[in-house]
Amino acid sequence: MIREHPLYQLALSRMREFYREPEAVFWVFGFPIVLAFALGLAFRNTGPGKLQIGVARGPGDSALAATLDASPRLVATVLDTSTARLRLRTGRIALLAIPGDPVIYRYDSTRTESGLARLAVDDVVQRARGRKDQVAVRDERAAAPGSRYIDFLIPGLLGMNLLGSGIWGVGFSVVQARQRKLLKRYMATPMRKSHYLLSFILSRLVFLIVEVVALVGFGWLLFGVAVRGSFASLAGITVLGSFSFAGLGLLVASRAKTIEGVSGLMNLVMLPMWILSGTFFSYSRFPDAMIPFVKALPLTALNDALRAVMIDGASVTTVGAPLAVVVAWGAVSFVIALQIFRWR
Amino acid sequence: MRERLGIQLQETQLADKLQVGEVLALFRSFYRQAHGVDEVLALVELEEKRKARVVTLSGGQKQRLAVACALVSKPDLLFLDEPTTGLDPQSRRQLWDIIRRFRAAGGTVLLTTHYMEEAERLCDRVAIMDHGKVIALGTPRELIASLGAEHVIEFTLADGAASEVVTDAVRGLNGVTAVRPAPAGCAGGAISLTVKELHRTLPALLTLLQQRQVELASLTTHHATLDDVFVALTGRQLRDT
Repeated sequence: MIREHPLYQLALSRMREFYREPEAVFWVFGFPIVLAFALGLAFRNTGPGKLQIGVARGPGDSALAATLDASPRLVATVLDTSTARLRLRTGRIALLAIPGDPVIYRYDSTRTESGLARLAVDDVVQRARGRKDQVAVRDERAAAPGSRYIDFLIPGLLGMNLLGSGIWGVGFSVVQARQRKLLKRYMATPMRKSHYLLSFILSRLVFLIVEVVALVGFGWLLFGVAVRGSFASLAGITVLGSFSFAGLGLLVASRAKTIEGVSGLMNLVMLPMWILSGTFFSYSRFPDAMIPFVKALPLTALNDALRAVMIDGASVTTVGAPLAVVVAWGAVSFVIALQIFRWR
Repeated sequence: MRERLGIQLQETQLADKLQVGEVLALFRSFYRQAHGVDEVLALVELEEKRKARVVTLSGGQKQRLAVACALVSKPDLLFLDEPTTGLDPQSRRQLWDIIRRFRAAGGTVLLTTHYMEEAERLCDRVAIMDHGKVIALGTPRELIASLGAEHVIEFTLADGAASEVVTDAVRGLNGVTAVRPAPAGCAGGAISLTVKELHRTLPALLTLLQQRQVELASLTTHHATLDDVFVALTGRQLRDT
């Protein structure tokens, strides 16, 4: 009977231990959704916000301020020189306009917002003096689902979540069992080692379904984030990713004797990937020399594959290269973990 | 081999979040033949805790669950590592009953303990180990007989008495087979004598002390036990290590 199979019983114990730990449930299921919600709200596409412009006190300041303030995109305030410098330095105003002839724009050209302010302020100033458009133009705002930040974010969060729950879920359980001498106790029974390790992968598979459905469902319901590719492709990719990270989790936990020790190792593995692997922002912002290294990370590869399927509607066959990276990490980690695993 | 062996390790902590019945269902799944969960719960008298989480169990109940995990495979040999260390007398007796029932059903038990009383009550053969070496082996009766005496007299002297002098003097008393002097530099430490015949040696001892005008602070006697064997063999009190 399947109920009496050791693999079934081990996987069941694993799942029970997990869902009876409310903190763990929150970090795995709740936290990504909270994060998606908060970031989705913060970066929702409402068009560019109003730019804060300072006008230096001096002859003609109020006229200039009134002109700028009339523009729907600008908020102008007349400021003393010292206050204005401080606000400019701390980024509370995007640009300081000093009235006179010529009008002087003081701003930090490396800040995107200041660059925008320079264009907008100059446009208003020149128009006020009678500049006319030479070519007729029309604005079309393209905030269609697929190009928004939230569409970029949800697949990234999904990847990050698979990484976190794989490494935490496997790593903590293994080290805890080792620390409590439970592994040693199991070794005194005829239990097969392969059953023990496979039980982690099996229980991960069950939770994977919940994780994916929760996060993708949330994105779809609240932000209309669609899955453009097939659900089968999404399922296949997440399963491979989950296996891979479970392998990585086993590797991280293969020797550690204490929870403190393994926590450090987990953070060492996960933190760089959270930053580098394009979870919250595109990794193309990193210098070109770093890109090949970044692309070789399993989370980068998984995120790329997830985005290709969810955003671009690609099929699973076109993301072979990143998936190969994902699988290779998992397989190599699993094999090494088996070799060096400390059962006592 | 592992199929036939049931083991309880002192340091094992079972998963807190699992229920008693779930832990046993897990352990029984490892074996080709095993007791049902209800059966083994009955063996260790934990039936009413079947749905309780491990974390909520008392020390004695946890220990009985650990023994249940060892018994679940219907083992021929049961290995118990200090099963009653740190338990209250009630729980200790419950565990003793479990072990006796297993023995009565034809099982073999290998047990380590720091309690000589426990070894004396439960074991057919006892090996005394010191610094990792077996220093005595036999039935509890044989080991006690090896002292060459049946009784132990322990006494302490009133303050100021010259305990060395007394110790030397009592060696000469009739029927005394061994003398363990009071620990050096410890005023009021107990001197203990192993004697063959209490009713002959005790009056002689009291007469001796009276002649020397030494005051007794306390005096006790008891039948020799494994404790005395251990102390005689290792030359010190039982250390809890």
